[in-house]
Amino acid sequence: MLKRSAIALVFLLVWLIAPIVQAKQPVKLWHAYRGAEEQALQEIIAAFDGQVELLAVPYDAFGSKLQSTVPLGEGPDLYIDAHERLGDYRERGIVAPLPEALAAGLAPAFYADKTIAAVTIEGAALGLPLSQKCLALYVNVELFAGLGIEPPTTLEQIVGLADRLPKGTFALAYEARGAYAHAALLAAFGGALLDVETNDYSFEGPAAARSLELAVALIEAGVVPEDADGALVTNLFKAGQAATAISGPWLAADLGERVAYRVMLLPIVEETGQRMRPLLTVEAAMLSPKGAQNPDALRLLEHLASAEAATIRAQRARSLTARSDLPLSQDPLLQAFAEQAALADLTPSTAAMRAVWEPANRAIRKVMRGDVPADTALAEGRRRFDDVRRPPPPPASPTPLLIVLGLLSLFGAGVLVQRARQREGWTDLRRSLPAYAYISLGVLAVGVLVILPILFGAGAALFAGKPHAMYYVGLANFYEILTARGAPLLSSGSFYVVLAVTVLWTVVNVALHLGIGMALGIALSRPAMRLRGVYRVLLIVPWAVPSYVTALAWRGMFHRQFGAVTGVIHAINDLFGASLEPIAWFARFSTAFTANVATNVWLGFPFMMVVTLGALTAVPKDVLEAAEVDGATRWQRLTRITLPMIAPTMIPAVTLGAIWTFNMFNVVFLVSGGEPDGTTDILVSEAYRWAFTREAQYGYAAAYAVLIFLLLLFTSRLTDRFMLGSKRASQ
Amino acid sequence: MTPRQRDLLESIGSHGLVLLAVGFSLYPILWVVSLAFSGATTLAPQVLPIPSEPTLEPMREVIGATRIEADGGEIWLFGRQLANSVIVSLATALVGVAIAIPTAYAFARFDFVGKRGGMRVLLATQMFPAVASAVPLFMILEALDLLNTRSGLVLCYASTSIPFAVFQLRSAFEAIPEDLEEAAMVDGATRFQAFVRVVLPVARPAIAVTFLFAFMTAYNEFILAATLLNDERAFTLPVVLQRFIGEYDARWDLFAAGAIVVSLPVMLLFYQVQRHMVAGLGAGGVKG
Repeated sequence: MLKRSAIALVFLLVWLIAPIVQAKQPVKLWHAYRGAEEQALQEIIAAFDGQVELLAVPYDAFGSKLQSTVPLGEGPDLYIDAHERLGDYRERGIVAPLPEALAAGLAPAFYADKTIAAVTIEGAALGLPLSQKCLALYVNVELFAGLGIEPPTTLEQIVGLADRLPKGTFALAYEARGAYAHAALLAAFGGALLDVETNDYSFEGPAAARSLELAVALIEAGVVPEDADGALVTNLFKAGQAATAISGPWLAADLGERVAYRVMLLPIVEETGQRMRPLLTVEAAMLSPKGAQNPDALRLLEHLASAEAATIRAQRARSLTARSDLPLSQDPLLQAFAEQAALADLTPSTAAMRAVWEPANRAIRKVMRGDVPADTALAEGRRRFDDVRRPPPPPASPTPLLIVLGLLSLFGAGVLVQRARQREGWTDLRRSLPAYAYISLGVLAVGVLVILPILFGAGAALFAGKPHAMYYVGLANFYEILTARGAPLLSSGSFYVVLAVTVLWTVVNVALHLGIGMALGIALSRPAMRLRGVYRVLLIVPWAVPSYVTALAWRGMFHRQFGAVTGVIHAINDLFGASLEPIAWFARFSTAFTANVATNVWLGFPFMMVVTLGALTAVPKDVLEAAEVDGATRWQRLTRITLPMIAPTMIPAVTLGAIWTFNMFNVVFLVSGGEPDGTTDILVSEAYRWAFTREAQYGYAAAYAVLIFLLLLFTSRLTDRFMLGSKRASQ
Repeated sequence: MTPRQRDLLESIGSHGLVLLAVGFSLYPILWVVSLAFSGATTLAPQVLPIPSEPTLEPMREVIGATRIEADGGEIWLFGRQLANSVIVSLATALVGVAIAIPTAYAFARFDFVGKRGGMRVLLATQMFPAVASAVPLFMILEALDLLNTRSGLVLCYASTSIPFAVFQLRSAFEAIPEDLEEAAMVDGATRFQAFVRVVLPVARPAIAVTFLFAFMTAYNEFILAATLLNDERAFTLPVVLQRFIGEYDARWDLFAAGAIVVSLPVMLLFYQVQRHMVAGLGAGGVKG
């Protein structure tokens, strides 16, 4: 008895102590740093008096990871992220305001006004600034010394360089197709992507048009490489094939000692007399609601923002501190970036700003492709912005839904009662019991982790509004999708146009998968075929490599200036004296679609080949031999005997293949990314954009998903009927 | 044209066709390999994927990743993550196939209320895009207390792989003549014993292929893994690969080197299973 109560007492004590033990858990800090920045952070943490658990999160997953953990009370105590996300994080309740004591540190004595503004929304301090990042001008010092001229201070001087540089070397490399880099040029014309006063889209009007025309002229004159992404800019400058480059501090980290370079202020545009002004990003340490309650997390936050930490970051990672009270660094790179950051425009952190990027990027790309004049593209961008920012549908009364649900359950109950009354119903059920034992685990696993999420996801289609504040709107989402949100039904990006593209995409892909796969399968299964095993292994390889890797490899091969496909075109020109032009694959629907199809066919034909090979083993040899004896030609044997015999195996494979292709998100998203102008997007990638990039209209994306599901279900039932019908007819 | 000439022509034709396809299937992969071993990026369009300034540096950087633990000890992070990937994928395949086998057998052999509906529902699960079902999945995992655990990941992967596995295995079981089990049952075996001792050994090729598919779904997945796992030591390799691509800059050489290492185990497995693959995937042909 005594023993038992002693044990109980121990348990009680443990239970009482447990929360205290838990409070001594290490502070959780999440970041997306890599390389030198990560090392600097580790060094800063090592100097902290306390236990810290660091997690380096892939940049792409950062937002979704926070969203899926913090509201549930999981996840980090604090995290380091760009200030642009603060508006979003605040709406979702992922970030907590700083406690009084820490917020007081956010004073003009320590930080510049701009940095304070970056982490303050509607008077609430939401983080402590750590470092600042913006674009600046990188100059290849040796190249200029070789030419015997001073580094440029105006854009026109850079343009003037173009004639004096060797072939294949660009005067200026920057990511011309992106709104982030273009914003600097736009600022020189007195424009901005978003009007800070009115919080409204402002990438329109004469300033925007003029800046775009200039950017296009730079590319056409060969001053700037076309279709450049960040990696290309880095590589060009690294290889000495760009005299100057507009890039951020990350380029310096990548260059190391390879190139002798200098960082300067962005050039002045002589046409307006204004200097180009980049957008400024402030990286800040932010608290999750859980972290705001944790004294250790607060101490760590203070430590991260301290002067000592800033020194380590400056020395190890050459990152520009956000503090204004520290002595100026001796590092010329940091001095240059400090000067540039002081002139930069703070990126707004409002929801409207996040809705600006997609329309602005599309408008820029459209003009650069030469599709339409600048003002048309800009007007389209405006429309797109308004479309995304349209007011959400009004709340609807849930009564009709409840009535429908009530009727349905009544009907279901009725059916059950009727079944129960019949004798056969019971005996059938009793006979089914052994089978239920076999399937029970499968039903449980699929039911809970596959079907339940689908039901919830489908249910979300009836809701609208911000995540965590969604309200019932009935069928409004479906109505908006099916009426193209008031635009003409066949305008670009409407449900019907995207559906047509998706159907075309599915039909072309499945036909090619099946054609190539079956041809190879039949060729490989010829009795006289040698090296069959080797071929089979080599042909299966595309299937074994992760698809996100190969999709990116294909995208690289289709690059207009530097891709392997262009290399092949050059080789053909050299060999045959032809004069084929390299193709800008992602500038037209037909070629971009072809590039997507090529990638997806590459990924998918091995499956059909293997299925064909398998099906062919089931074709009896004697039947074929008998037909040969009877004088049937090869073609007749193939079409009259082999194909009909393998058809039953092929049909289920084709059905599944068609469903998977219809929802093939990876290839479309990674290869063409919907370019040009979203025309190669299929329904799934469109749904993805609504869910993640366009203001997180989750209910709207769910409605897309439901429509996709219904379409596939309806089509498969229809073909099923058709197949059954033809089967009966043939019997 | 004599029959011999025709045979020769056909032989040349099919070798030509197959060689063309081999070129098509290997070319992009050779690009990835070339990128992984290049010390510098060439910026002239190239036809042949030959590494410029060959180096093993990216490979070494990827494989040699380590981590200093709180107690000062150093662990080989990459090795740990490779092991994670393999263990999670193997567990997924084992769990998925173990659940799918009896389910598929019931669908192939038994008559029961809800059989047709069940098959339809399984097919229907393939039609709903994951974009909309991912968020509810997190909520369910949270309710089951499985967030941030490898077992949660394994359960998710295994469940998603079950529908396809059931399709595969059902047609394989249907292809096996029912007489086999009946003979065993006449000899005194129960239905279950007949299933385990007679049917399963015959269906081995199909089970091997299904196992491979389940393994691959888990091995290549990164969205769920990146979102669910909150500890570097628990990461799987695709998540690590994602990390090489940042907001502003991407280390394609590291990405390519990592991609090769990631692909090797799957390729080995493919090589092992590919003999079965033909038999396993085609098994449905007899009965449809």
